[in-house]
Amino acid sequence: MLTKRIIPCLDIKDGRTVKGVNFVNLRDAGDPVELAKRYTMEGADELVFLDISATEQKRKTLSDLVLRVAGALNIPFTVGGGVSSVSDAKKLLRNGADKIAVNSAAVRTPDLINKLSKSFGNQCVVVAVDAKNINGRWMVHLVGGKVPTHIELKDWVIEVEQRGAGEILFTSMDHDGTKNGFANQTLAELSFLVNIPIIASGGAGTTDHFVDAFKIGKADAVLAASVFHYGEIKIPDLKKKLKQENIEIRITNENS
Amino acid sequence: MNTIIIDYDAGNVKSLQFALERLGVNAILTNNSELIAASDRVIFPGQGEAISAMKKLKKHGLDQLIPKLKQPVLGICLGMQLLCDKTEEGETNGLGIVPTKVIRFPNTVKVPQMGWNVVTHSNTGLFQGIEQGCYMYLVHSYFVPIEPETSAKSNYAGEYSVGIKKNNFYGVQFHPEKSSKAGSQLLENFLKI
Repeated sequence: MLTKRIIPCLDIKDGRTVKGVNFVNLRDAGDPVELAKRYTMEGADELVFLDISATEQKRKTLSDLVLRVAGALNIPFTVGGGVSSVSDAKKLLRNGADKIAVNSAAVRTPDLINKLSKSFGNQCVVVAVDAKNINGRWMVHLVGGKVPTHIELKDWVIEVEQRGAGEILFTSMDHDGTKNGFANQTLAELSFLVNIPIIASGGAGTTDHFVDAFKIGKADAVLAASVFHYGEIKIPDLKKKLKQENIEIRITNENS
Repeated sequence: MNTIIIDYDAGNVKSLQFALERLGVNAILTNNSELIAASDRVIFPGQGEAISAMKKLKKHGLDQLIPKLKQPVLGICLGMQLLCDKTEEGETNGLGIVPTKVIRFPNTVKVPQMGWNVVTHSNTGLFQGIEQGCYMYLVHSYFVPIEPETSAKSNYAGEYSVGIKKNNFYGVQFHPEKSSKAGSQLLENFLKI
């Protein structure tokens, strides 16, 4: 059986890990490569590095960081943040990233998804979507959640699948940073709408929230940041809990 | 001993190079036929899409060279699929080493399969000393059916091949360079064949 994935997310700014609460008020949460190694040892199934400074300022450090991470890790990782062209993506993939996450640029220029998918295969194209429930309608937002659009979440996920996305990383801005659980109802609807994997993001607070995201939200993977960074949830404990709940999960006793 | 990684612009080869480096091997990335032919071991990586991959191989004459190689050859992911006769992906002809057709997963499951799946195997050759039921990392939409050449299996909408072997040709569907300790063991086994 294919197992469900647990994905720590490292938000990167100027080469360091940070985590915002509702996307603002950043706090420093350490060195990305050290954190990445720790998570790999603890049994993380995959990692995501999001350069949150990327869409606003230049980041030459990102591709160097990717190279360092690739040298240190033997599990897959995704890199995102400000990727807006095939050549941006190529640089990161060539340095060892397994997948590229695109967000704002894909909304502005949807054809980018087709181009990336044609150039590198859909398996390495992750479309990250930030959305917020506004009067009962889930609306896509840009630039790390700062700029609203008129695009409905459901229309957008269908479109990105058709354009060649290999996976969707859905962040509920209403849940992100609250530690009150994931947007399970919406997740389940998205999972029904498309036939590509969906990563749930935004709202992790307890191990039960992860159970619900898999069982109710039908998520293929769950992504979280601060609960892992600050040790509130330990990955081995989380996986033990998921296993008890009969969720297919990769249990390892490895130290590498 | 020298190990070559065939360079045909296939996605993430850096991680493979790093994984080999951790095993003490500096693999050479090249598309030069003479270097490839003269090497001790050849790794044929793959990521991306079958049609453009075959085009790139043809451009360098590698579609003719690879099937004639006598040293151990390891195809990874799309590299394994292209060892086969044909693939449904763009109805492309592969290298014709393993007589089977690569087909797409049905829409009863999410496609691509993405993540860690359980692998059972022959416990010989590449898989020697690797735990039965270990987890390997897979990302793919097309798969090799169970054939006489199958050396490892997994299950996604039914059983299928995640390892094949024919003569000096080996193929794995998962990414050993991304499959933690078990993956690293597999690469080490390949280097010892």
